[in-house]
Parts: sequence; C-alpha cells; structure tokens
Amino acid sequence: MDRASSNLVELRDLKVAFDGVQVLHGIDLNVGWGEAVGLVGESGCGKSVTWLAALGLLPGKASVTGSVRLDGQELAGGPREAFEQVRGGRIAMIFQDPSSSLNPVLRIGRQIVEALSLHRGLRGDPARREALRLLDMVGIPDARRRFDLYPHEFSGGQCQRLMIAMALAGEPDLLIADEPTTALDATIQAQILDLLIQLRAETGMATVFISHDLGAVSQVCERVCVMYAGRIVEEGSVAELFSEPRHPYTRGLFDAIPRIDGPRQRLIPIPGTVPNPKHLPEGCSFQPRCFRALEACRSERPALDTSADGRQLACFRPVQANEPAEPRTRVTEDMLL
Amino acid sequence: MIRFIAVRLLRAMITIFAVVTFAFVVLRMSGDPAQVMLGPDVPQEAVDAFRRSWGLDQPLWIQYLAYIKSIFTGDFGVSMRDKASALDLVLQRVPATLQLTLPALLLKLVFGIPAGVYAALHRQSFADRGVILLAVLGFTIPSFVMGLVLVLIFAVILGVLPSGGQDTWVHGILPTVTMSIGGIGILARFSRSAMIEVMGQPYIRTASAKGLKWRDVVWNHALPNAAVPIVTIVGFMVGSLIAGAVVVESIFSWPGIGRLLIVSVSNRDLAVVQCILLIIAAAMVVSNLVVDLLYGWLDPRLRSSAAH
Repeated sequence: MDRASSNLVELRDLKVAFDGVQVLHGIDLNVGWGEAVGLVGESGCGKSVTWLAALGLLPGKASVTGSVRLDGQELAGGPREAFEQVRGGRIAMIFQDPSSSLNPVLRIGRQIVEALSLHRGLRGDPARREALRLLDMVGIPDARRRFDLYPHEFSGGQCQRLMIAMALAGEPDLLIADEPTTALDATIQAQILDLLIQLRAETGMATVFISHDLGAVSQVCERVCVMYAGRIVEEGSVAELFSEPRHPYTRGLFDAIPRIDGPRQRLIPIPGTVPNPKHLPEGCSFQPRCFRALEACRSERPALDTSADGRQLACFRPVQANEPAEPRTRVTEDMLL
Repeated sequence: MIRFIAVRLLRAMITIFAVVTFAFVVLRMSGDPAQVMLGPDVPQEAVDAFRRSWGLDQPLWIQYLAYIKSIFTGDFGVSMRDKASALDLVLQRVPATLQLTLPALLLKLVFGIPAGVYAALHRQSFADRGVILLAVLGFTIPSFVMGLVLVLIFAVILGVLPSGGQDTWVHGILPTVTMSIGGIGILARFSRSAMIEVMGQPYIRTASAKGLKWRDVVWNHALPNAAVPIVTIVGFMVGSLIAGAVVVESIFSWPGIGRLLIVSVSNRDLAVVQCILLIIAAAMVVSNLVVDLLYGWLDPRLRSSAAH
C-alpha cells in the first residue's frame, strides 16, 4: 500500500464543544502504521470523544474543530461522504457495550455481510463464506449454525467478538477499541484482549485502545497517552510510563491499582473528582486534586512539552523517579468539591 | 407460538365477555325501553304488554342468561324500533362507516409517520418545531370543533365542499379530513419520539461507524426498531375503524354505525346497542391480537420471550 504519510492518523489541535461547553481542548496525537496506542483516563476525560469526533460520529450539536489527517488526507470539515468512506473501511470502531451496539432486530449474519458488501463488494455466497471465516477468526463457535441468530441470543463477550468480526470485515488500517472490555466479566475481558492482540499480529492493523484499565492497556499497547479533563497530560511508551510515571495524575492512577506482589498496602485514591467541563479550575486542570501543586499551577497551565527522551508531559512539578507514594491524609473539603 | 396465540385468544374472549356484560347491565339500569319507545302518556297495560313481549318483565339475571345464550347461537336479537334483526341493521351501516374511516386511516399513516420521522431526523429545526406545533394542535382540538371549523371554512365561506350527507364521494372529504387530523398529530408525535429514542441507541452509532450511508442507517437500522411503538398506535387506530366515527358521523349526518349507535342509545334499543358494542369490542380485540403477533415479527427479542 502506498503510504502518503509516515503516520496513519494525525490529530492536530482537535477541539470539541457541546452547546458551547468545551470538552476537548486541543488534542495532538499521532498513530503510526500498525502501532497500538492506548488512551487512558477517568470517565468523562474525553478519550472516547476524541475518536468519535475524529470519525465524525458525534451528534450534530457538537462543534468540532482542528485537523484529522488519515494517511495525509484531511477529513475534518469535509463532507459527510468523506467520513462515510473512511468509517469501517479504513478506520473501524468497536464500543463499550457490545450487546446494545448490535442492531437487535437484524440477524448477525446480515449485519456482518452488510459491512462486507459495503467495503469489499461481496454479495451472496462469497459474502456468506467470508462472514463465516471472520466469525471463525474471532472465535464464535459453530458459526454456520448461528449465522442467522439475533444479537440477544449471544452473550456479552460473544457480542464483542461479533463487533470485532464486523470491524474486520472492512479490512481497516486502524481499529479503535473504545473500552471494549469494560462491560464484560474479568475472564471474558482477558479473552477479548488476547483476541485483539492476536488479530493485530495477524492483520498488522493499528489499534487505538481506549480504556481506564491500565493493566489492559499495558497488555495491548506500545504507547500510552494519559488524558485528563479534555487534554493529554502525559505520553510515552508503556515501559517508560509504567516504570516511571511523571505526571502526578498518572502516578495517582498507578497508586490506585491494587498490587499482587509485595506487602499488603492501602490503596491510595486520587482525592476529589474530575472537574465539570463547565467550570474548569484556573491553571492546571488537575491542580485542585494534585498533592504536588505549586502556586504557579493555580495560575498558569503547563503546556505539553516533549522532553529529551521523547516523552511528553504537561506538569510544572513532575514526580521524580522512585519517589514514594504520598499518603494524602489531608483530604480537605475543597478537594472533594 | 400456538400457545402464545391461544393465550391471547382466551384473553380476547374474556375481554369481549366483560364488555358485553357491562353493556347489558348499564343499559338496563339507565332507562326503561318501554317508556322511551311508547312515550309518556301510554296506559300502564300497554307498557306491561311491551315489557312482556320483550321479556323485560323477567328478573335481570334470567334476561342476561338468555342474552348470552342467544349470542352463542349467533342471534343478536331484534331491534325494538325497526323489528328487524339487530345484526343486519348494524352490518348495513358498516360500509358507510368504513368509507370514512379507511381513507382517514390512510391519511394518518401517509402524513403522520413521515412527518414524525422527518422531525426526529431534523431535531430542533424549523420543520421539527412546526411538526410539533401542528401535531399538538391536531390532537388537542376535539373533532366536533375541528369539524365545525372545517364546515365553516369550506362549506359556508368558500362554498367548495358540502357540509353533510352521503350523496357523492365529495361529501366524504370533510368528514374524512376531520377524522384524520387528530390521528395524524398523534402518529407524528409518536413516530418522532420513537425515532429520536432509536437514533440515540448505540447500534445506530455502530451502523454509522461501519460506513453506512446516512440514508441506509435510517432505513435499514433505525426504522425497523422504531416500528414497534408506532405499530402499537396504528393497531389502536385500526381497532377503532368501526367505532371511531361517532362524533364525526353526527356532525356530517353520515349514515354510519356511529349515528346508529347514538339513535339506538337514546331509544334504548337494547339489541342494536349491544350488537354495536360487541362488534366494536371484537374489532379492538382482533387488532390487538394482530399487533401482538406483529411485535414478535418486528422484534425477535419479544418472539423468544413469548416462546419461553
């Protein structure tokens, strides 16, 4: 395939506002060919909105600005047809709640064949054969017999497999998995993660894995972006980020995960909640919850800067390596507000 | 499936039975046919003779049993006024009523559903607000007011349409339109809300994310899901094809079932009233049954829950 650009997808200064409320404050993000990138953060931080906006899937009341380039070609601001050609065919997406993401009144075979005829022009028997192959590939047992069943006749995990089969139908260059395992049981989660890893290895498609589960991200991804309140606050390779988180928020996320190894320790939650996008705090958005906040953090917003080792960070007072977790006994009331 | 239908049929029978019983009791409690038929100044012997000849002198429960028994043999009694078979009298009027209600139903479907779907797909637009406004006006203005307004405009002021009677098809225009306006409003509103609900579902986003054209998302993925609530309303409208014209037939002096019902009630013509109520109840119950079957066809989830 001719590659017009070294990056498969380039997002530049992507901003989204709903009814005048800014929820995404300029996202710059590259996804390389075949790369697996994780997008991490709490609910409402803009992880999903970023990619729904990039694909033009947000409802009409959302205003989206910025640049979305796919293989060098600009999508943002283009006609609906431009998005329709990209969706499914070049960038496919799977979602958090697989059971309600499949159309309840259409047979699953038909839903997959629909994607095949749309992107690969397959109809009739060849389409059915290919759909069965895909079902086989994503691990739906007895696919031939279950081809004509409806989504409610499958479990949540199988529905996510069906969604993945449908996503693969267009042979996309990029699969965006938006919290694909959040609604599933732990054992099923692991199976779906394995499937995503295996399919990426087989097809070479790039993956964007949106999750708040750092463990899952570390399994699937090579590079991670941590998002907070509509901005990327830290970015780096999985190894770097996991061994040495620099943003206090990233560090907070790790401290809030139970560890299997080592002595039993009290989990350290991040105090407070994600700020309301309508009333973002002055300065750094994370500052009211941050145990390292300085005076400067309250007045100025740190920019996302690239350091010498290629990592990106937006913090005035990053966490140092090997700094012990700080038990935050002083949870003041304004932190919780 | 057979079990499903059998249960529904049994329920339908019980409903009809309840309607028949209720009508029987209320009609006999609310006035004496002998007094109404014979007038106020008739000697007592004539009244007694009338009561005896129609069996009205028997205790209520004997009358009731006799009535139920005759219904099961297909005998719906004789009109006290016309001395003719009540069923024949009623059936004679059915075509006239359907002449109004069937075209009215068609108008409701053809204008109501597309207007609602269009409004839902162009939410908050000028067209959407217009549809909501017209729909609310349509179903809040009672049909007797609407009918009189239309008569005033088209018959009295413009003089282009007749205000009553059944001579030609032109006479049917005003009553049909009067009857359809409320239903168009109701269907538009229901279709709109059903469609808005469906368009917000995750599977619609999936269909878009798949790369389907907008039109295909709406036609192939949204409409089949929005059909279930819409079918409920349409089923109700089909069920009232026979009963739905009482007021409008009176305004436009249209000789259908509705007018027969009003005349028969005021005359206490028991057999005719009961026959009409029975037919109305049967029509309702049958359309409900059909709607239930359609649900299963439209939504596979309901199909399997009915089977288990």
